[in-house]
Amino acid sequence: MRASGFSVLSFVLVALAHVASAKAGETIVVKITDLAFVPAEVSARVGDTIEWVNVDFIDHTATASNGAWDLALPAGSRGRLVVKQAGVLGYFCRVHPNMTGTLNVNEK
Amino acid sequence: MRHPKALYAIAAVLLTVPGGLAFAAGAGPSDAQIAHIAYTAGDLDIKAAELALEKSQSKTVRAFADDMVRDHKAVNDKALALVKKLNVSPEDNDTSKSLVKDADEKRAHLATLSGAAFDKAYVENEVAYHKAVNGALETTLIPSSDNGELKSLLETGLKIFQGHLKHAEHLAGSLK
Repeated sequence: MRASGFSVLSFVLVALAHVASAKAGETIVVKITDLAFVPAEVSARVGDTIEWVNVDFIDHTATASNGAWDLALPAGSRGRLVVKQAGVLGYFCRVHPNMTGTLNVNEK
Repeated sequence: MRHPKALYAIAAVLLTVPGGLAFAAGAGPSDAQIAHIAYTAGDLDIKAAELALEKSQSKTVRAFADDMVRDHKAVNDKALALVKKLNVSPEDNDTSKSLVKDADEKRAHLATLSGAAFDKAYVENEVAYHKAVNGALETTLIPSSDNGELKSLLETGLKIFQGHLKHAEHLAGSLK
């Protein structure tokens, strides 16, 4: 019984470690300043968080070109998105569509 | 072009120097006049957007008009705060007067339209208006401004309005 208890404990620890690593995505910050996403192109992995920080005095959005998401980013605010799919994804600001950015998302 | 040449009033007025206004070669408008022109141009676009919000049933046109009201108010609030800080009194001038006259006429015409005809005319006018204002900012207002903070605000304004132009062009394309 003792061996079996040890196995269960190991299993739980391994499972917890797994959960911890799955949650430990990085946060990648994209600043919005003077009508531009800076940097305009970022690389991330599935599970990472992209955080846009709008320091402009006007409202912006981060809107996926494929329509998958549309984040409102009022003046002085920040908004976050956890990336769930690998691939190259363009995005833009709906109000000022000359503002564009790209997320290069790799598998975990 | 379907648009009357009046739409290009800002550039035309600044180039033709009407009424003996002191925009002679090399002189250009003063900062007090530039502030007045920029504020007036923004205010007129807000008025056009308010008319669109009264008349249009189109979700995309109304969203665009909301964006125009919000952005131009934000820029004009910045401009007011700046002239107050600089202790400059915006000075009315022939360019501002011409802008107001042309925009009033355009709005009166838009007010006679409804439905899809209104939407199309409003958005096409937004394309022409932003082209004219952006042109005036690039060629005259920004180069002529003496104060660094005013110049910087106008430069930011130009980037914002270039975004509006692109947005308006997309929208005009979708309404055809």
